[in-house]
Amino acid sequence: MALLEVNNVSKVFGGLSAVTNLKMKLEAGELVGLIGPNGAGKTTVFNLLTGVYQTTTGDILFDGKNIAGKKPSAINQMGIARTFQNIRLFSDLTVLDNVRIAYHSHVAYKLPAALFRSGRFYAEEDQMAERAVKLLKIFNLDGKKDEIAKNLPYGEQRRLEIARALATEPKFLLLDEPAAGMNPQETAELMNLIRWIRDHFNLTILLIEHDMSLVMGCCERIYVLEYGRVIAQGDPENVKHNPKVIEAYLGEEVTYA
Amino acid sequence: MEQFYVFLQQMVNGISLGSIYALIALGYTMVYGIIKLINFAHGDIYMVGAFVGYFAINYLHVGFFGSLFIAMAACVLLGILIERIAYKPLRNATRIAALITAIGVSFLLEYTTVFALGAQSRAFPEVLGNIRFGFFGNKVFITNKELLIYGVTLALMVLLQFIVKKTKTGKAMRAVAFDRDAAMLMGVNIDNTISATFALGSALAGAAGVLVGIYYSAISPLMGMNPGLKAFVAAVLGGIGSIPGAALGGVLMGVIETMVIAYGQSTFRDAVAFAILIIILIIKPSGIFGSNAREKV
Amino acid sequence: MKRLLTRQNMIITAALLVVYIIVQVLLSTGIISAFYETNLILGGIGIIMAVSLNLITGFAGQFTLGHAGFMAIGAYFSAVMTVKWGMPFILSLLGGACLAAVMGFLIGLPTLRLKGDYLAIATLGMGEVIRVVLLNTKYVGGAAGLFGIPRITNWTWIFVCSVVTVLCIRNLLWSSYGRACISVREDEVAAEIMGVDITHYKVLAFVVGAFFAGLGGALYSHYYYFIQPGGFGFMKSIEYLVMVVLGGMGSITGSVMAAIVLTVINVFLQQYSAIRMILYALLLIIIMIFRPEGLMGSKEFSTAMFRRFERRDDRGSAGGQ
Repeated sequence: MALLEVNNVSKVFGGLSAVTNLKMKLEAGELVGLIGPNGAGKTTVFNLLTGVYQTTTGDILFDGKNIAGKKPSAINQMGIARTFQNIRLFSDLTVLDNVRIAYHSHVAYKLPAALFRSGRFYAEEDQMAERAVKLLKIFNLDGKKDEIAKNLPYGEQRRLEIARALATEPKFLLLDEPAAGMNPQETAELMNLIRWIRDHFNLTILLIEHDMSLVMGCCERIYVLEYGRVIAQGDPENVKHNPKVIEAYLGEEVTYA
Repeated sequence: MEQFYVFLQQMVNGISLGSIYALIALGYTMVYGIIKLINFAHGDIYMVGAFVGYFAINYLHVGFFGSLFIAMAACVLLGILIERIAYKPLRNATRIAALITAIGVSFLLEYTTVFALGAQSRAFPEVLGNIRFGFFGNKVFITNKELLIYGVTLALMVLLQFIVKKTKTGKAMRAVAFDRDAAMLMGVNIDNTISATFALGSALAGAAGVLVGIYYSAISPLMGMNPGLKAFVAAVLGGIGSIPGAALGGVLMGVIETMVIAYGQSTFRDAVAFAILIIILIIKPSGIFGSNAREKV
Repeated sequence: MKRLLTRQNMIITAALLVVYIIVQVLLSTGIISAFYETNLILGGIGIIMAVSLNLITGFAGQFTLGHAGFMAIGAYFSAVMTVKWGMPFILSLLGGACLAAVMGFLIGLPTLRLKGDYLAIATLGMGEVIRVVLLNTKYVGGAAGLFGIPRITNWTWIFVCSVVTVLCIRNLLWSSYGRACISVREDEVAAEIMGVDITHYKVLAFVVGAFFAGLGGALYSHYYYFIQPGGFGFMKSIEYLVMVVLGGMGSITGSVMAAIVLTVINVFLQQYSAIRMILYALLLIIIMIFRPEGLMGSKEFSTAMFRRFERRDDRGSAGGQ
């Protein structure tokens, strides 16, 4: 059974079709790219998968369960996490708190335990802080755990967003332009990191990317979206030479690696 | 049939009260539209307008229209002054800080007036006399004052609509309300435009103050609190930021309140107004004429 | 238990005990006059109201203008319990607070879908509706008010209740529940995506805030012999909002300090009764113009401030240190 199955999903905004008859199928453990020209509806797909938008028609099966109509928080608790194209950290909070908030669904102690500071509260809080620091270490952010998120440099904010998404302990991770604004060296490091976390955390990853070198070098399979429709899919080599894709990208600068 | 006449009479009264709410609500909605501030002092500008009208009639012996003009002019100055001194420094502060400042300005106006003139209410001078026009065989009456309120309100609204839609200042106001940064890049003078908005809103509140003095014949330093609150509710009801919304919301508010007093219990008048507001907010938070803005994710 | 016995906690406990004993001695020897005692009680209620409002508005980011409504429910219900049903004070306190919390839930659930100023105006409306309903309820005396409430609230009650309020809200905030509330303030969409059910946490903050506002109201009614609906209007909500903003949104210690400072200012201004409100208004405007983030911003005042060289410990949780 596929981990994610998107069946004929459409999204209409006041008469405008943002996504039309979308079909996607992701197996567990895959690293898949979602590309397409500006305004093709890539982020809308993410918003549909995470419950930020409700589908107009069609259904989305995750782990065999339909997630259409569920609240984003419920979908997250089922195992889908994401990052945002325009970073949305809890910008006035510390790096550590950003991660700890994401652990929130896995906290077992009840409100009275927090109010009366039971032993269980301390045990769990300590354990949570420890796990958060461990996670931050992967992204080389553990030294900055007490800094306010908005004071981090841009690249670190992007990495913190991924760390925060991982803290929700997902099975399926959506990355919305993770390398946006990074220099080539940072991008290369990020590619390695993404593959590493996929293996390390047993994740399935879907990533939107503008930087074609990242997608081609990193993803095993690619969906190409144009005007809300999938116009091509397959492995990077095939997609790269697909005439429809070339046409869709005509006029846009394509940077093949 | 009797029932119907009573209803009609209440309608006449309700629209008069509603017109006054509408005039105040317009100022709220314009200021909110442009700087996203609930200008709590707005109700007190209306109070100042009433007092300026009172003194103009009593000491300068100008007639109704003279006092209306003087009150509006005084409120324009007051509105601009308040904006420049109290609100401008807070333009980039949090909304809630600006709100507390507005509350401070409101207290300042109220209690300075109490200090200077005493807290007791005063009789507004009678300048128009009382003429009643009977309809349906003298079953429904409209007074000359009510007609005046309708006329002045309508004229001011038409004038406002003209200013906002047709003049350069009005276009600048709409531009700043829509996107302040873009307007600034297009060469709109933000400070002057915001001042102009306060000037217009305050002028309308001043006019409402004189009209209420004429209609109810009594004014007091704390008279602005309650109508101020209700006018703001009216602005929300109509869809805050929308000029026709504020006008309609104000009239609706006046009519509802009058009907509750006539058919229900007068002690419930405030509660019913707010209850309706809450229901409308929950069903359509953006108000009658408001548009739902969706956040981009 | 060991975790509770940190040096900071011991210093704070000792300081609180000293304050309590000194004031108690001054009261019983009559050095603190009745006038100052009243203000002491009002200051304590101010702390309870401001801290509970800060939880809703400063930490969870839900702008409400109806906090006095919950206070009214606590004040009236507790008074009814003592006066009409003959219940002991401690039960009345809890009863008033619990009913306020229930009302907080019933009001919060539909209105907390609203955002920003819309929520503010809806809660303002709710507060007014509560006031008008009380005004029209014969059982509690209507506009004339409810008479014959015994004066039970004293310095000890106020002290204990304020400390319990501050402690509970602090413990709530510096836990996973509190961090979830704060994440709602920071970015609703991101919070929801991170698995935080934002409606749930908005309502939680609202209910807990209402509970303590009800407690404040119960203490209030059992100090003043009688209460009137007019005493819990919009202006009362504003009074406490001013404390929260002045102290700093998202700072518990800021709210506590602002409640004390404003009460002291109020005492001071009593001698200029004619221009008291004018001075108060000017003060508000001037403070907001020059320090719009409030006295403390979103930081907390702590003994650590005097020991800068020490490492920041686990207090570095959401809400500042």
